[in-house]
Amino acid sequence: MYPAPFEYHAPASLNEALALMAQNADAKIIAGGHSLLPAMKLRLATPPALIDIGRIADLKGIKDMGEKIAIGALTTHHEVEHSVLLRNACPLLPEVATHIGDRQVRNRGTMGGSLAHADPAADYPAAMLALGATVQVQGSGGSRSIGADELFTGLFSTALAANEILTAIHVPKTDAKGSGVAYAKFPHPASRYAVAGVAVWVSIKDDTVQDIRIGVTGAADHAQRAKRAEDALKGKPMTEDNIAAAAKVASDGLTTIGDIYASADYRAHLVTAMALEALHSAHHRAHGW
Amino acid sequence: MKVSIKVNGQLREVDVEPRWLLVHVLREKLGLTGTNVGCDTSQCGACTVLMNGMAVKSCTVLGVQADGADITTIEGLRTDGAYHPVQQAFWDHHGLQCGFCTPGMILTAVDLLTHHGDPNDETIRHGLEGNLCRCTGYENIVRAVRDAADKM
Ligand SMILES: Cc1cc2nc3c(=O)[nH]c(=O)nc-3n(C[C@H](O)[C@H](O)[C@H](O)COP(=O)(O)OP(=O)(O)OC[C@H]3O[C@@H](n4cnc5c(N)ncnc54)[C@H](O)[C@@H]3O)c2cc1C
Ligand code: FES
Ligand code: FES
Repeated sequence: MYPAPFEYHAPASLNEALALMAQNADAKIIAGGHSLLPAMKLRLATPPALIDIGRIADLKGIKDMGEKIAIGALTTHHEVEHSVLLRNACPLLPEVATHIGDRQVRNRGTMGGSLAHADPAADYPAAMLALGATVQVQGSGGSRSIGADELFTGLFSTALAANEILTAIHVPKTDAKGSGVAYAKFPHPASRYAVAGVAVWVSIKDDTVQDIRIGVTGAADHAQRAKRAEDALKGKPMTEDNIAAAAKVASDGLTTIGDIYASADYRAHLVTAMALEALHSAHHRAHGW
Repeated sequence: MKVSIKVNGQLREVDVEPRWLLVHVLREKLGLTGTNVGCDTSQCGACTVLMNGMAVKSCTVLGVQADGADITTIEGLRTDGAYHPVQQAFWDHHGLQCGFCTPGMILTAVDLLTHHGDPNDETIRHGLEGNLCRCTGYENIVRAVRDAADKM
């Protein structure tokens, strides 16, 4: 299957890419191409021009910035999975990356591409919400940052403007004492995308929850925080009962979607099951168990 | 568009349309038909080749994206007339039946083994998740990769 014909540009710098975007209003950016090319082959997407950002060096690499880590938009899922810096200081991301697609997909797909695409069943969005990450974007008018809570706005929709490029993702280090993270995913048996996925970051002191963020993906048209579940645990000890009570309300406030594979009710149930698993693991890790 | 791709150690200059997929460039422009097209929808892994040492599905990479890259296909794995250890292990353990998935399986296994020197069965199965086989039931494939790991 060939995609419909298109013009191809491979800019060497971010400025060149932004200039090309200004000249080609309907052009699409291509990064790893692992969401865009399948859509183009099925002619679900027929952009007249592609701007391949894959050769822009400034968009690559994972950097230690002190309290934060900056991850270039072009960083592949494989690089996230194997980064020693991330494994030590922000282990949620390598854990999530291992769950994405398969080996070949992880070798090509990029973090920036996954976030910009905002597939409702993608894995990283849950982690972004749990970590309180921010993304850096650049347009012809300058740069700005967008918090994870504002980034995902709907089905395949983000707060990025059409002429903006996502350049980097900033995540906090979560290696402080008493901090624990985990991701639990119920993968679709054929596609491996998340039917439901729950990411947790929790900070505890003497087993009492100081702060917690829970991100849910797969269940609704876009990834969202499970605020009711967070509130159910804040200031409380992480007992078996409190964790179960929080997991129970993890899908409250979400409009869960139903499809041929999983009904809306079943998805809500899976959110609870995944929340239970992720909360338990994060709790254990916060104790260093 | 002119692209230059190093394929199995040889620099090849090819004139391609931007919409051509790497697998078409390899099969139709360069005559390297060892790389198969199975699903053509990024699922089955039959089209897997190594791009700069990493396993990729060549039905989901544009030929123009591979400009300047180093590509290894199944035809390029043999060196000095000897099979690559993974090829030999697939032979020894009968890791194939019809053979359609085999080039992709072998190249994914090569990528896996360059990153994991001593994988257990679970790591091997996780590593080969992107390669579907409709014949073998995978047992002998996992056995072959395990054996190749010992020999590499
Ligand atoms: C077989 C298969 C299985 C998969 N399974 C999973 C899974 O289990 N979980 C999961 O999360 N994902 C899965 N994916 C998707 C995969 O992770 C993609 O790589 C990812 O969603 C998109 O990243 P990309 O770099 O390939 O983006 P591309 O396909 O290149 O681009 C996707 C979209 O984002 C835009 N874009 C890309 N980069 C930028 C940028 N820097 N700034 C602005 N816009 C940009 C593009 O214009 C395009 O609209 C799977 C994909 C395949 C093919
Ligand atoms: S033909 Fe490329 S993944 Fe099936
Ligand atoms: S041997 Fe026939 S598909 Fe694998």
